[in-house]
Amino acid sequence: MVAVNPDTDIGVEIDGEARPIRVTLSGAYTIHTLTEVGRRLDGLGPDIVIDLGRVTRLDTAGAWSLLSLRSRLEGGGGTLSLEGTTPEMDAVIETVAGALPGATETHDEDEGRTLADRLDDLGRAVVGGGQALMGYAGYLGLFLAGLVRVILHPREFRLTALVHHCGEVGLKAVPIVALMSFLIGIVLAFQGASQLRQFGAEVFVVDLIAVSILRELGILLTAIIVAGRTASAFTAAIGSMKMREEIDAMRTLGLDPTTVLFVPRILALLLMLPILGVIANFSGLVGGGLMSWIELGISPQMFQTRLLEGEHANHLMVGLVKAPFFALIIGVVGCRAGMQVRSNAESLGRQTSNSVVAAIFAVIVADALFSIFFSEIGV
Amino acid sequence: MADRETVIEVRGLRNQFGDHVVHDGLDLDVYRGEIIGIVGGSGTGKSVLLRTIAGLQTPAAGQVRVLGTDAFTADPDARAALEARWGVMFQDGALFSSLTVRENVEVPMRAIGDLAPETARALADLKISMVGLPPNAGDKYPSELSGGMRKRAGLARALALDPEIVFLDEPTAGLDPIGAADFDALIRGLSRSLGLTVFLVTHDLDTLHAVCDRVAVLAERKVLVTGTMQDMLSVDHPWVRSYFHGPRARAALDGAAAGTAKEED
Ligand SMILES: Nc1ncnc2c1ncn2[C@@H]1O[C@H](COP(=O)(O)OP(=O)(O)OP(=O)(O)O)[C@@H](O)[C@H]1O
Ligand SMILES: [Mg+2]
Repeated sequence: MVAVNPDTDIGVEIDGEARPIRVTLSGAYTIHTLTEVGRRLDGLGPDIVIDLGRVTRLDTAGAWSLLSLRSRLEGGGGTLSLEGTTPEMDAVIETVAGALPGATETHDEDEGRTLADRLDDLGRAVVGGGQALMGYAGYLGLFLAGLVRVILHPREFRLTALVHHCGEVGLKAVPIVALMSFLIGIVLAFQGASQLRQFGAEVFVVDLIAVSILRELGILLTAIIVAGRTASAFTAAIGSMKMREEIDAMRTLGLDPTTVLFVPRILALLLMLPILGVIANFSGLVGGGLMSWIELGISPQMFQTRLLEGEHANHLMVGLVKAPFFALIIGVVGCRAGMQVRSNAESLGRQTSNSVVAAIFAVIVADALFSIFFSEIGV
Repeated sequence: MADRETVIEVRGLRNQFGDHVVHDGLDLDVYRGEIIGIVGGSGTGKSVLLRTIAGLQTPAAGQVRVLGTDAFTADPDARAALEARWGVMFQDGALFSSLTVRENVEVPMRAIGDLAPETARALADLKISMVGLPPNAGDKYPSELSGGMRKRAGLARALALDPEIVFLDEPTAGLDPIGAADFDALIRGLSRSLGLTVFLVTHDLDTLHAVCDRVAVLAERKVLVTGTMQDMLSVDHPWVRSYFHGPRARAALDGAAAGTAKEED
């Protein structure tokens, strides 16, 4: 009889008076019921006879638990004998016995972590960080070498890819960059106006807006937004190709991943980020001008005159000079993270979020270094 | 044969993608404890048939009854109960890439409430060893395994709960001949000792000879013919003829005949 409704219940009758102890099982002895049997037989011994005559289904988990019971009893000098087994049960038990892995007790090694272990971890983390920096330098070198190769052999250059990436990186980022910068302009004008009004120096709000947007915020915030959307896109695209061995396939076909993948992407960033920066500057000034008009009654003409009077060309240059550096940082971080992806999806996800965090962080660090540099040289 | 219990019953199945009809009026019966091999040219819908029976794809028309339950009209509880009674091994393993092999095998066991973690672990190790993987494979991630090892790991997961039916999609494709023969022996052995019903999609003629009780040929959008390997030799259909009379089929047949002769000695 084959149980129509298997894996349900098991009956365990124990005759503890008899020597050896007699256990009669009935029903399904399977992965669903072995815990129950184990609980009932716990601590019995040393000699047990199990009658399986009324068991309807014995699966490999049941057979395994019989064999573990046997090795437990024999370990304590006892015995386990089985009665009433059908040939099918014998076959299952034999299959399981044959497959039983040897005593491979693996220990959790998390118990005794000493101070030395923790120092060891710290040291490894520091060295890992240093190696990551070296890695970024390596990818920067790869990109520059690829760029030089492309300049020497223009036929290897992939113009279509470059145009495509320019569209992805630049054109599609215009709305978000412009909107963000416009709002920042409004916020600056509003906050500046309420502070400067106390001194009757409302008109300086124009300089406040011009300096902060042109010199710092326009390009920095653009770079942060681009880092968020583009570094992750680079990592995801390159990483998924890495995952499916497409990059290896490329190499075997004589295509150089640097020229095919890195150069068009990073070059597109290099070309587009300054343009996005200019757009951000412009819409930031528009937002600031609009708010000054509403809040302080500085007419657009006056705003413009004031803007041109002040020597803001310098600030504009200081801002835009940073753009190519930010572009390199974002591109290199994104591409390297993509190449770090291993062959599972989880590492793709981890690297993608890593690349965004690393790119934004590096952009801000670079901006801080630039501030110090420019103030030292007095620009 | 008529008195055997039917575990899978497919009637009038129709599957189509857009206006591309894959199956039309397909009927198939699978009996308890047998190993049925599904053969057919590439793109004849073997994988689609497997996915439909395993409930992963809703057919355009027709009926599929598995273990007496209609797979597509059953309520969610009945379906869940049904799913615990079969295991599926996908064409390339389909292991969860963020889990180790052992954790993969433990996944189905988590549904069993009172199973102690150590027991689940030991049972997972048992399954891993039953499918012929080395003991250290349990700690590896799927991406660290070869294609053949991934297949074995996929089978270990499919067998985790000792199902009554296993669906195997091309289990021996991409294995070396010795590995494939081991796999055949493994499937045959498990089917015999555990009373497992095996639904096996394969292109491998050696596997067909070595393990299948019955063969079902998929062609012209339906099951063209079913029967033993011997029956197949006398079928008069161009595809079936060239499949079972080709040079590879002959070699496999000779090999199988030699094998039986040796056993009888
Ligand atoms: N998700 C899908 N969308 C559209 N068409 C599909 C889909 N899945 C399968 N098909 C089509 O159904 C047909 C049968 O595919 P199936 O994967 O079942 O073939 P197969 O017999 O398993 O082939 P192989 O031996 O190569 O694995 C093919 O023509 C395929 O193009
Ligand atoms: Mg297929």
